[in-house]
Amino acid sequence: MTGDHAVARLRLDGVHKRFGAKVVLEGIDLVVHEHEVVCLIGPSGCGKSTLLRCVDLLERIDRGRILLDGRDITARGIDTNAVRKRMAIVFQSFNLFPHLSVLDNVTLAPRKAHGVRRSQAEAKARDLLGRFGLADKADEYPERLSGGQQQRAAIVRALTIDPDLLLLDEVTSALDPELVGEVLAVIRELARSGMTMVLATHEMGFARDVADRVCFLHEGRVLESGPPAQVLRDPTQERTRQFLSRIIDAGRL
Amino acid sequence: MRGWLAEEGAKGASVAALSTVAVFGLAVWAVLRSENWDAVQSQFFNPENFAEAWPDVLQGFWLDLRMFAIAQIAILVFALLVAVVRSLRGPAFLPVRLLAVLYIDLFRGVPLILAILLFGFGVPALDLPGVPRSPLFWGVTTLVLSYSAYTAEVYRSGIDSVPESQRSSARSLGLTQWQSLRYAVLPQAVRNVVPALLNGLVSLQKDVALVSVLGVREAVREAQIYTSLTFNYTSYVAATVLFLLISVPAARFADWYSARDRARRSQMAA
Repeated sequence: MTGDHAVARLRLDGVHKRFGAKVVLEGIDLVVHEHEVVCLIGPSGCGKSTLLRCVDLLERIDRGRILLDGRDITARGIDTNAVRKRMAIVFQSFNLFPHLSVLDNVTLAPRKAHGVRRSQAEAKARDLLGRFGLADKADEYPERLSGGQQQRAAIVRALTIDPDLLLLDEVTSALDPELVGEVLAVIRELARSGMTMVLATHEMGFARDVADRVCFLHEGRVLESGPPAQVLRDPTQERTRQFLSRIIDAGRL
Repeated sequence: MRGWLAEEGAKGASVAALSTVAVFGLAVWAVLRSENWDAVQSQFFNPENFAEAWPDVLQGFWLDLRMFAIAQIAILVFALLVAVVRSLRGPAFLPVRLLAVLYIDLFRGVPLILAILLFGFGVPALDLPGVPRSPLFWGVTTLVLSYSAYTAEVYRSGIDSVPESQRSSARSLGLTQWQSLRYAVLPQAVRNVVPALLNGLVSLQKDVALVSVLGVREAVREAQIYTSLTFNYTSYVAATVLFLLISVPAARFADWYSARDRARRSQMAA
Protein backbone atom coordinates (compact mmCIF):
# COMPACT_ATOMS: atom_id res chain seq x y z
CA MET A 1 0.00 0.00 0.00
CA THR A 2 1.16 3.50 -0.75
CA GLY A 3 2.36 5.54 2.21
CA ASP A 4 0.65 8.67 3.44
CA HIS A 5 3.23 10.89 1.79
CA ALA A 6 1.96 9.93 -1.66
CA VAL A 7 -0.95 11.83 -3.19
CA ALA A 8 -4.13 9.91 -2.52
CA ARG A 9 -6.14 8.70 -5.48
CA LEU A 10 -9.28 9.98 -3.78
CA ARG A 11 -9.62 12.34 -0.87
CA LEU A 12 -12.75 13.75 0.71
CA ASP A 13 -12.35 16.74 3.01
CA GLY A 14 -15.32 17.66 5.18
CA VAL A 15 -17.92 16.83 2.54
CA HIS A 16 -21.43 18.01 3.37
CA LYS A 17 -24.55 17.19 1.42
CA ARG A 18 -28.15 17.87 2.21
CA PHE A 19 -31.37 17.26 0.32
CA GLY A 20 -33.73 20.02 1.36
CA ALA A 21 -33.86 19.94 5.13
CA LYS A 22 -32.41 16.43 5.34
CA VAL A 23 -28.69 16.38 6.04
CA VAL A 24 -27.19 13.28 4.45
CA LEU A 25 -23.44 13.84 4.68
CA GLU A 26 -22.16 15.86 7.59
CA GLY A 27 -18.46 16.30 7.16
CA ILE A 28 -17.07 13.18 5.52
CA ASP A 29 -13.28 12.74 5.58
CA LEU A 30 -11.95 9.84 3.61
CA VAL A 31 -8.69 8.92 1.89
CA VAL A 32 -8.34 6.16 -0.67
CA HIS A 33 -4.93 5.28 -2.08
CA GLU A 34 -4.15 3.68 -5.40
CA HIS A 35 -4.88 -0.08 -5.49
CA GLU A 36 -6.78 0.21 -2.24
CA VAL A 37 -10.21 -1.34 -1.70
CA VAL A 38 -12.36 0.56 0.77
CA CYS A 39 -15.71 -0.78 1.92
CA LEU A 40 -18.36 1.56 3.23
CA ILE A 41 -20.71 -0.10 5.68
CA GLY A 42 -23.52 1.21 7.81
CA PRO A 43 -27.29 1.18 8.19
CA SER A 44 -29.59 2.10 5.31
CA GLY A 45 -29.80 5.85 4.88
CA CYS A 46 -26.41 6.50 6.47
CA GLY A 47 -25.22 8.20 3.29
CA LYS A 48 -23.17 5.48 1.56
CA SER A 49 -24.88 5.84 -1.82
CA THR A 50 -24.96 9.61 -1.63
CA LEU A 51 -21.25 9.65 -0.89
CA LEU A 52 -20.51 7.57 -3.99
CA ARG A 53 -22.82 9.70 -6.13
CA CYS A 54 -21.08 12.85 -4.89
CA VAL A 55 -17.69 11.40 -5.80
CA ASP A 56 -18.97 10.66 -9.31
CA LEU A 57 -20.29 14.26 -9.44
CA LEU A 58 -23.83 13.03 -9.93
CA GLU A 59 -24.74 15.13 -6.90
CA ARG A 60 -23.29 18.53 -6.14
CA ILE A 61 -21.82 18.80 -2.65
CA ASP A 62 -22.76 21.70 -0.38
CA ARG A 63 -19.50 22.09 1.48
CA GLY A 64 -16.02 20.56 1.59
CA ARG A 65 -14.01 19.24 -1.34
CA ILE A 66 -13.29 16.05 -3.22
CA LEU A 67 -9.84 15.53 -4.71
CA LEU A 68 -8.90 13.06 -7.39
CA ASP A 69 -5.13 12.57 -7.53
CA GLY A 70 -4.75 15.82 -5.62
CA ARG A 71 -6.95 17.85 -7.93
CA ASP A 72 -10.14 19.39 -6.58
CA ILE A 73 -12.92 18.00 -8.77
CA THR A 74 -15.64 19.91 -6.95
CA ALA A 75 -14.08 23.27 -7.74
CA ARG A 76 -15.92 25.75 -9.89
CA GLY A 77 -15.39 25.50 -13.63
CA ILE A 78 -14.16 21.90 -13.52
CA ASP A 79 -15.00 19.82 -16.60
CA THR A 80 -17.27 17.19 -15.04
CA ASN A 81 -17.23 15.04 -18.16
CA ALA A 82 -13.46 14.88 -18.11
CA VAL A 83 -13.54 13.85 -14.46
CA ARG A 84 -16.19 11.19 -15.04
CA LYS A 85 -14.13 9.74 -17.88
CA ARG A 86 -11.57 8.71 -15.28
CA MET A 87 -13.93 6.89 -12.94
CA ALA A 88 -16.93 4.65 -13.18
CA ILE A 89 -19.82 3.74 -10.95
CA VAL A 90 -21.86 0.55 -10.86
CA PHE A 91 -25.36 0.91 -9.48
CA GLN A 92 -27.50 -1.31 -7.31
CA SER A 93 -30.12 -1.63 -10.06
CA PHE A 94 -27.58 -2.17 -12.90
CA ASN A 95 -29.02 0.68 -15.02
CA LEU A 96 -28.09 -0.98 -18.27
CA PHE A 97 -29.63 0.66 -21.33
CA PRO A 98 -32.58 -1.60 -22.20
CA HIS A 99 -32.70 -0.54 -25.86
CA LEU A 100 -29.10 -1.51 -26.55
CA SER A 101 -27.50 -4.93 -26.81
CA VAL A 102 -24.97 -5.87 -24.15
CA LEU A 103 -22.17 -5.15 -26.59
CA ASP A 104 -23.56 -1.68 -27.40
CA ASN A 105 -24.10 -0.98 -23.70
CA VAL A 106 -20.50 -1.79 -23.05
CA THR A 107 -19.02 0.08 -26.02
CA LEU A 108 -21.15 3.24 -25.86
CA ALA A 109 -18.88 5.17 -23.50
CA PRO A 110 -15.57 4.23 -25.14
CA ARG A 111 -16.92 5.11 -28.58
CA LYS A 112 -18.81 8.29 -27.75
CA ALA A 113 -16.99 9.73 -24.75
CA HIS A 114 -13.47 8.47 -25.38
CA GLY A 115 -13.42 8.48 -29.17
CA VAL A 116 -12.33 4.86 -29.51
CA ARG A 117 -13.03 3.30 -32.92
CA ARG A 118 -15.93 0.85 -32.98
CA SER A 119 -13.86 -2.13 -34.08
CA GLN A 120 -11.32 -1.49 -31.37
CA ALA A 121 -13.96 -0.88 -28.68
CA GLU A 122 -15.83 -4.03 -29.63
CA ALA A 123 -12.73 -6.20 -29.62
CA LYS A 124 -11.88 -5.02 -26.14
CA ALA A 125 -15.49 -5.37 -24.96
CA ARG A 126 -15.74 -8.94 -26.22
CA ASP A 127 -12.48 -9.74 -24.50
CA LEU A 128 -13.73 -8.34 -21.17
CA LEU A 129 -17.15 -9.97 -21.55
CA GLY A 130 -15.35 -13.26 -22.10
CA ARG A 131 -13.27 -12.74 -18.99
CA PHE A 132 -16.43 -12.32 -16.93
CA GLY A 133 -18.28 -15.26 -18.47
CA LEU A 134 -20.53 -13.24 -20.76
CA ALA A 135 -18.98 -14.07 -24.13
CA ASP A 136 -22.21 -15.60 -25.46
CA LYS A 137 -24.35 -12.72 -24.16
CA ALA A 138 -22.73 -9.91 -26.16
CA ASP A 139 -25.52 -9.67 -28.71
CA GLU A 140 -28.42 -10.21 -26.29
CA TYR A 141 -30.53 -7.43 -24.87
CA PRO A 142 -30.28 -6.86 -21.09
CA GLU A 143 -33.83 -8.09 -20.44
CA ARG A 144 -32.77 -11.55 -21.63
CA LEU A 145 -30.07 -11.80 -18.96
CA SER A 146 -30.37 -12.91 -15.35
CA GLY A 147 -29.81 -10.30 -12.64
CA GLY A 148 -26.32 -11.56 -11.96
CA GLN A 149 -25.44 -11.47 -15.64
CA GLN A 150 -26.84 -7.96 -15.95
CA GLN A 151 -24.77 -6.76 -13.03
CA ARG A 152 -21.65 -8.38 -14.45
CA ALA A 153 -22.39 -6.66 -17.77
CA ALA A 154 -22.74 -3.37 -15.89
CA ILE A 155 -19.35 -3.96 -14.28
CA VAL A 156 -17.82 -4.69 -17.68
CA ARG A 157 -19.40 -1.48 -18.98
CA ALA A 158 -17.65 0.39 -16.17
CA LEU A 159 -14.34 -1.33 -16.89
CA THR A 160 -14.15 -0.65 -20.61
CA ILE A 161 -13.11 2.93 -19.96
CA ASP A 162 -10.14 1.77 -17.82
CA PRO A 163 -11.22 3.75 -14.78
CA ASP A 164 -8.67 4.95 -12.25
CA LEU A 165 -11.36 4.58 -9.63
CA LEU A 166 -14.30 2.21 -9.53
CA LEU A 167 -17.31 2.97 -7.34
CA LEU A 168 -19.71 0.17 -6.51
CA ASP A 169 -23.02 1.06 -4.94
CA GLU A 170 -24.51 -2.01 -3.23
CA VAL A 171 -24.13 -3.94 -6.43
CA THR A 172 -25.49 -7.19 -4.99
CA SER A 173 -28.48 -5.80 -3.08
CA ALA A 174 -30.93 -6.19 -5.95
CA LEU A 175 -29.89 -9.76 -6.72
CA ASP A 176 -31.46 -13.06 -5.74
CA PRO A 177 -29.26 -14.69 -3.08
CA GLU A 178 -28.02 -17.43 -5.39
CA LEU A 179 -26.76 -14.83 -7.88
CA VAL A 180 -24.76 -12.79 -5.37
CA GLY A 181 -21.75 -15.08 -5.46
CA GLU A 182 -20.99 -14.67 -9.15
CA VAL A 183 -20.91 -10.88 -8.85
CA LEU A 184 -18.77 -10.93 -5.71
CA ALA A 185 -16.34 -13.24 -7.50
CA VAL A 186 -15.95 -10.62 -10.22
CA ILE A 187 -15.21 -7.90 -7.67
CA ARG A 188 -12.71 -10.14 -5.88
CA GLU A 189 -10.95 -10.65 -9.18
CA LEU A 190 -10.84 -6.89 -9.70
CA ALA A 191 -9.42 -6.33 -6.23
CA ARG A 192 -6.70 -8.87 -6.96
CA SER A 193 -5.85 -7.10 -10.19
CA GLY A 194 -5.20 -3.91 -8.24
CA MET A 195 -8.28 -1.87 -9.14
CA THR A 196 -8.84 1.06 -6.79
CA MET A 197 -12.36 0.64 -5.48
CA VAL A 198 -14.79 2.20 -3.07
CA LEU A 199 -17.78 0.04 -2.45
CA ALA A 200 -20.89 0.38 -0.38
CA THR A 201 -22.03 -3.02 0.74
CA HIS A 202 -24.18 -5.00 3.14
CA GLU A 203 -22.13 -8.14 2.56
CA MET A 204 -19.95 -8.07 5.69
CA GLY A 205 -18.28 -11.39 4.99
CA PHE A 206 -17.29 -10.09 1.60
CA ALA A 207 -16.06 -6.79 3.07
CA ARG A 208 -13.89 -8.75 5.49
CA ASP A 209 -12.34 -10.75 2.63
CA VAL A 210 -11.83 -8.12 0.03
CA ALA A 211 -11.37 -4.77 1.79
CA ASP A 212 -8.10 -3.17 2.79
CA ARG A 213 -10.11 -0.87 4.95
CA VAL A 214 -13.66 -0.75 6.25
CA CYS A 215 -15.40 2.53 7.06
CA PHE A 216 -18.48 2.60 9.22
CA LEU A 217 -20.79 5.45 8.31
CA HIS A 218 -23.35 6.72 10.74
CA GLU A 219 -25.60 9.76 10.36
CA GLY A 220 -23.49 11.27 7.63
CA ARG A 221 -20.09 10.80 9.27
CA VAL A 222 -17.30 8.24 9.14
CA LEU A 223 -17.61 7.01 12.70
CA GLU A 224 -14.94 4.35 12.54
CA SER A 225 -12.38 3.26 10.02
CA GLY A 226 -9.68 0.62 9.97
CA PRO A 227 -8.63 -2.83 8.78
CA PRO A 228 -11.62 -5.17 8.38
CA ALA A 229 -10.40 -7.52 11.10
CA GLN A 230 -10.41 -4.70 13.61
CA VAL A 231 -13.58 -2.84 12.62
CA LEU A 232 -15.68 -5.93 12.04
CA ARG A 233 -14.42 -8.03 14.97
CA ASP A 234 -13.40 -5.49 17.56
CA PRO A 235 -15.04 -2.14 16.87
CA THR A 236 -14.20 0.74 19.17
CA GLN A 237 -17.48 2.56 18.73
CA GLU A 238 -20.70 1.55 20.42
CA ARG A 239 -22.74 2.38 17.25
CA THR A 240 -20.58 0.10 15.15
CA ARG A 241 -21.03 -2.67 17.70
CA GLN A 242 -24.82 -2.26 17.63
CA PHE A 243 -24.88 -2.28 13.84
CA LEU A 244 -22.71 -5.36 13.60
CA SER A 245 -24.68 -7.27 16.20
CA ARG A 246 -27.83 -6.64 14.18
CA ILE A 247 -26.04 -7.91 11.09
CA ILE A 248 -24.83 -11.00 12.94
CA ASP A 249 -28.36 -11.63 14.21
CA ALA A 250 -29.54 -11.49 10.63
CA GLY A 251 -26.93 -14.12 9.79
CA ARG A 252 -24.97 -11.98 7.37
CA LEU A 253 -21.53 -12.11 8.98
CA MET B 1 -63.14 -26.03 -18.47
CA ARG B 2 -62.03 -25.46 -22.04
CA GLY B 3 -65.35 -26.73 -23.35
CA TRP B 4 -67.23 -24.28 -21.20
CA LEU B 5 -65.03 -21.44 -22.40
CA ALA B 6 -65.49 -22.42 -26.04
CA GLU B 7 -69.24 -22.57 -25.56
CA GLU B 8 -69.22 -19.16 -23.93
CA GLY B 9 -67.09 -17.88 -26.85
CA ALA B 10 -69.49 -19.23 -29.46
CA LYS B 11 -72.48 -17.85 -27.58
CA GLY B 12 -70.70 -14.49 -27.21
CA ALA B 13 -70.02 -14.34 -30.94
CA SER B 14 -73.60 -15.01 -31.92
CA VAL B 15 -74.87 -12.41 -29.43
CA ALA B 16 -72.43 -9.88 -30.88
CA ALA B 17 -73.51 -10.63 -34.46
CA LEU B 18 -77.18 -10.40 -33.60
CA SER B 19 -76.92 -7.12 -31.73
CA THR B 20 -74.75 -5.61 -34.48
CA VAL B 21 -77.26 -6.49 -37.19
CA ALA B 22 -80.09 -5.17 -35.03
CA VAL B 23 -78.44 -1.82 -34.25
CA PHE B 24 -77.22 -1.11 -37.78
CA GLY B 25 -80.46 -2.39 -39.31
CA LEU B 26 -82.44 -0.04 -37.09
CA ALA B 27 -80.26 2.92 -38.04
CA VAL B 28 -80.54 2.23 -41.78
CA TRP B 29 -84.28 1.66 -41.52
CA ALA B 30 -84.69 4.98 -39.64
CA VAL B 31 -82.77 6.87 -42.33
CA LEU B 32 -84.53 5.21 -45.27
CA ARG B 33 -88.05 5.79 -43.97
CA SER B 34 -87.34 9.46 -43.28
CA GLU B 35 -89.68 11.63 -45.37
CA ASN B 36 -86.82 13.56 -46.90
CA TRP B 37 -84.72 10.55 -47.81
CA ASP B 38 -85.39 10.88 -51.55
CA ALA B 39 -84.32 14.52 -51.55
CA VAL B 40 -81.25 13.75 -49.43
CA GLN B 41 -80.35 10.88 -51.68
CA SER B 42 -80.34 13.02 -54.81
CA GLN B 43 -78.55 15.87 -53.01
CA PHE B 44 -75.83 13.84 -51.27
CA PHE B 45 -75.69 10.40 -52.83
CA ASN B 46 -76.22 11.02 -56.50
CA PRO B 47 -74.08 8.60 -58.56
CA GLU B 48 -73.89 10.93 -61.56
CA ASN B 49 -72.74 13.88 -59.50
CA PHE B 50 -70.31 11.59 -57.69
CA ALA B 51 -68.72 10.54 -60.98
CA GLU B 52 -68.65 14.13 -62.19
CA ALA B 53 -67.03 15.55 -59.04
CA TRP B 54 -64.64 12.66 -58.45
CA PRO B 55 -61.67 13.66 -60.69
CA ASP B 56 -61.31 17.15 -59.21
CA VAL B 57 -61.85 16.00 -55.64
CA LEU B 58 -59.36 13.21 -56.17
CA GLN B 59 -56.81 15.64 -57.50
CA GLY B 60 -57.43 17.87 -54.48
CA PHE B 61 -56.99 14.88 -52.24
CA TRP B 62 -53.63 14.16 -53.81
CA LEU B 63 -52.61 17.62 -52.62
CA ASP B 64 -53.96 16.76 -49.15
CA LEU B 65 -51.78 13.67 -49.06
CA ARG B 66 -48.69 15.60 -50.08
CA MET B 67 -49.36 18.33 -47.52
CA PHE B 68 -49.90 15.62 -44.91
CA ALA B 69 -46.65 13.82 -45.74
CA ILE B 70 -44.52 16.93 -45.71
CA ALA B 71 -46.16 18.36 -42.58
CA GLN B 72 -45.90 15.05 -40.71
CA ILE B 73 -42.18 14.71 -41.34
CA ALA B 74 -41.56 18.34 -40.39
CA ILE B 75 -43.65 17.91 -37.22
CA LEU B 76 -41.81 14.80 -36.04
CA VAL B 77 -38.47 16.53 -36.46
CA PHE B 78 -39.35 20.01 -35.21
CA ALA B 79 -41.36 18.78 -32.22
CA LEU B 80 -38.48 16.58 -31.11
CA LEU B 81 -36.20 19.58 -31.28
CA VAL B 82 -38.59 21.64 -29.15
CA ALA B 83 -38.98 18.80 -26.62
CA VAL B 84 -35.21 18.41 -26.34
CA VAL B 85 -34.73 22.14 -25.84
CA ARG B 86 -37.44 22.11 -23.22
CA SER B 87 -35.80 19.29 -21.29
CA LEU B 88 -32.28 20.76 -21.32
CA ARG B 89 -30.90 21.33 -17.84
CA GLY B 90 -28.79 24.04 -16.36
CA PRO B 91 -29.25 27.78 -15.93
CA ALA B 92 -27.55 28.60 -19.24
CA PHE B 93 -30.46 27.08 -21.14
CA LEU B 94 -33.18 29.05 -19.32
CA PRO B 95 -33.87 31.47 -22.21
CA VAL B 96 -34.38 28.74 -24.81
CA ARG B 97 -36.40 26.71 -22.33
CA LEU B 98 -38.68 29.68 -21.75
CA LEU B 99 -38.98 30.22 -25.47
CA ALA B 100 -40.03 26.60 -25.96
CA VAL B 101 -42.65 26.87 -23.21
CA LEU B 102 -44.00 30.11 -24.64
CA TYR B 103 -44.25 28.62 -28.11
CA ILE B 104 -46.04 25.51 -26.86
CA ASP B 105 -48.52 27.52 -24.77
CA LEU B 106 -49.27 29.86 -27.62
CA PHE B 107 -49.91 27.27 -30.29
CA ARG B 108 -51.80 24.93 -28.03
CA GLY B 109 -54.00 27.78 -26.89
CA VAL B 110 -55.20 28.94 -30.30
CA PRO B 111 -57.80 27.00 -32.32
CA LEU B 112 -56.07 25.49 -35.33
CA ILE B 113 -58.47 27.06 -37.82
CA LEU B 114 -57.85 30.49 -36.31
CA ALA B 115 -54.09 30.02 -36.49
CA ILE B 116 -54.39 29.01 -40.15
CA LEU B 117 -56.48 32.08 -40.96
CA LEU B 118 -54.12 34.40 -39.08
CA PHE B 119 -50.94 33.05 -40.65
CA GLY B 120 -52.40 32.30 -44.06
CA PHE B 121 -53.85 35.77 -44.58
CA GLY B 122 -51.75 37.77 -42.11
CA VAL B 123 -48.18 36.93 -43.05
CA PRO B 124 -48.57 37.35 -46.83
CA ALA B 125 -50.31 40.68 -46.14
CA LEU B 126 -47.15 41.92 -44.42
CA ASP B 127 -45.47 41.65 -47.80
CA LEU B 128 -42.06 41.00 -46.27
CA PRO B 129 -39.23 40.69 -48.77
CA GLY B 130 -38.05 37.11 -49.25
CA VAL B 131 -41.00 35.65 -47.34
CA PRO B 132 -43.24 33.33 -49.34
CA ARG B 133 -46.79 34.57 -49.93
CA SER B 134 -48.40 31.34 -50.99
CA PRO B 135 -51.40 30.34 -48.83
CA LEU B 136 -50.39 26.73 -49.39
CA PHE B 137 -47.01 27.41 -47.80
CA TRP B 138 -48.47 29.21 -44.81
CA GLY B 139 -51.26 26.71 -44.39
CA VAL B 140 -48.82 23.82 -44.13
CA THR B 141 -46.46 25.87 -41.96
CA THR B 142 -49.27 26.61 -39.50
CA LEU B 143 -50.20 22.95 -39.39
CA VAL B 144 -46.59 22.15 -38.58
CA LEU B 145 -46.33 24.83 -35.89
CA SER B 146 -49.60 23.89 -34.24
CA TYR B 147 -49.14 20.13 -34.34
CA SER B 148 -45.52 20.43 -33.24
CA ALA B 149 -46.63 22.16 -30.05
CA TYR B 150 -48.75 19.13 -29.16
CA THR B 151 -46.25 16.63 -30.42
CA ALA B 152 -43.45 18.26 -28.43
CA GLU B 153 -45.46 17.61 -25.30
CA VAL B 154 -45.94 14.00 -26.37
CA TYR B 155 -42.19 13.64 -26.79
CA ARG B 156 -41.62 15.35 -23.46
CA SER B 157 -43.88 12.90 -21.67
CA GLY B 158 -41.77 10.20 -23.30
CA ILE B 159 -38.56 11.80 -22.08
CA ASP B 160 -40.02 12.11 -18.58
CA SER B 161 -41.02 8.45 -18.65
CA VAL B 162 -37.40 7.33 -18.93
CA PRO B 163 -36.09 6.75 -15.40
CA GLU B 164 -33.66 9.34 -14.07
CA SER B 165 -31.24 6.50 -13.36
CA GLN B 166 -30.77 6.02 -17.12
CA ARG B 167 -29.55 9.58 -17.43
CA SER B 168 -27.22 9.30 -14.41
CA SER B 169 -25.95 6.05 -15.78
CA ALA B 170 -25.05 7.66 -19.10
CA ARG B 171 -23.59 10.74 -17.45
CA SER B 172 -21.50 8.64 -15.09
CA LEU B 173 -19.89 6.99 -18.11
CA GLY B 174 -18.60 10.39 -19.18
CA LEU B 175 -21.19 11.11 -21.86
CA THR B 176 -22.14 14.76 -22.18
CA GLN B 177 -25.65 15.96 -21.48
CA TRP B 178 -26.40 15.91 -25.19
CA GLN B 179 -24.87 12.46 -25.75
CA SER B 180 -26.84 11.06 -22.81
CA LEU B 181 -30.03 12.36 -24.37
CA ARG B 182 -29.12 11.21 -27.84
CA TYR B 183 -27.94 7.69 -27.08
CA ALA B 184 -29.62 6.73 -23.80
CA VAL B 185 -32.77 8.76 -23.18
CA LEU B 186 -34.30 9.68 -26.56
CA PRO B 187 -34.36 6.20 -28.12
CA GLN B 188 -36.32 4.93 -25.11
CA ALA B 189 -38.48 8.06 -24.95
CA VAL B 190 -39.51 7.86 -28.59
CA ARG B 191 -40.25 4.17 -28.36
CA ASN B 192 -42.52 4.90 -25.39
CA VAL B 193 -44.64 7.41 -27.28
CA VAL B 194 -44.98 5.79 -30.72
CA PRO B 195 -48.68 4.94 -30.08
CA ALA B 196 -49.39 8.57 -29.15
CA LEU B 197 -47.47 9.78 -32.21
CA LEU B 198 -49.53 7.49 -34.44
CA ASN B 199 -52.71 9.00 -33.00
CA GLY B 200 -51.44 12.43 -33.93
CA LEU B 201 -50.73 11.17 -37.43
CA VAL B 202 -54.30 9.96 -37.89
CA SER B 203 -55.57 13.29 -36.66
CA LEU B 204 -53.30 15.36 -38.91
CA GLN B 205 -54.35 13.37 -41.94
CA LYS B 206 -57.85 14.87 -41.53
CA ASP B 207 -56.84 18.31 -40.32
CA VAL B 208 -54.93 19.14 -43.50
CA ALA B 209 -58.41 19.85 -44.94
CA LEU B 210 -58.53 22.99 -42.76
CA VAL B 211 -56.10 24.62 -45.16
CA SER B 212 -59.10 24.89 -47.50
CA VAL B 213 -60.16 28.05 -45.63
CA LEU B 214 -57.24 29.80 -47.33
CA GLY B 215 -58.58 28.85 -50.75
CA VAL B 216 -56.01 26.12 -51.27
CA ARG B 217 -57.57 23.71 -53.75
CA GLU B 218 -57.37 20.49 -51.80
CA ALA B 219 -60.19 17.93 -51.67
CA VAL B 220 -62.64 19.81 -49.46
CA ARG B 221 -62.12 23.03 -51.40
CA GLU B 222 -62.69 21.22 -54.69
CA ALA B 223 -65.85 19.68 -53.27
CA GLN B 224 -67.00 23.11 -52.15
CA ILE B 225 -66.41 24.53 -55.61
CA TYR B 226 -68.39 21.73 -57.20
CA THR B 227 -71.24 22.31 -54.76
CA SER B 228 -71.34 26.03 -55.42
CA LEU B 229 -71.61 25.37 -59.13
CA THR B 230 -74.23 22.58 -59.06
CA PHE B 231 -76.06 22.97 -55.72
CA ASN B 232 -75.39 19.28 -55.18
CA TYR B 233 -73.54 18.00 -52.13
CA THR B 234 -72.43 14.60 -53.44
CA SER B 235 -68.90 15.99 -53.92
CA TYR B 236 -68.60 16.24 -50.10
CA VAL B 237 -69.44 12.56 -49.85
CA ALA B 238 -66.73 11.86 -52.42
CA ALA B 239 -64.22 13.76 -50.29
CA THR B 240 -65.45 11.92 -47.19
CA VAL B 241 -64.89 8.57 -48.88
CA LEU B 242 -61.34 9.55 -49.80
CA PHE B 243 -60.44 10.66 -46.28
CA LEU B 244 -61.94 7.52 -44.78
CA LEU B 245 -59.99 5.34 -47.20
CA ILE B 246 -56.80 6.58 -45.57
CA SER B 247 -57.78 7.40 -42.00
CA VAL B 248 -59.59 4.18 -41.12
CA PRO B 249 -56.70 1.87 -42.07
CA ALA B 250 -54.32 4.29 -40.37
CA ALA B 251 -56.37 4.20 -37.17
CA ARG B 252 -56.55 0.39 -37.34
CA PHE B 253 -52.79 0.29 -37.75
CA ALA B 254 -52.29 2.61 -34.76
CA ASP B 255 -54.52 0.38 -32.63
CA TRP B 256 -52.76 -2.75 -33.79
CA TYR B 257 -49.37 -1.25 -33.03
CA SER B 258 -50.44 -0.06 -29.56
CA ALA B 259 -51.81 -3.48 -28.71
CA ARG B 260 -48.62 -5.16 -29.87
CA ASP B 261 -46.57 -2.64 -27.91
CA ARG B 262 -48.59 -3.33 -24.75
CA ALA B 263 -48.14 -7.07 -25.20
CA ARG B 264 -44.40 -6.62 -25.65
CA ARG B 265 -44.15 -4.52 -22.49
CA SER B 266 -46.14 -6.88 -20.31
CA GLN B 267 -43.95 -9.68 -21.57
CA MET B 268 -40.87 -7.69 -20.65
CA ALA B 269 -42.22 -6.96 -17.18
CA ALA B 270 -42.96 -10.65 -16.59
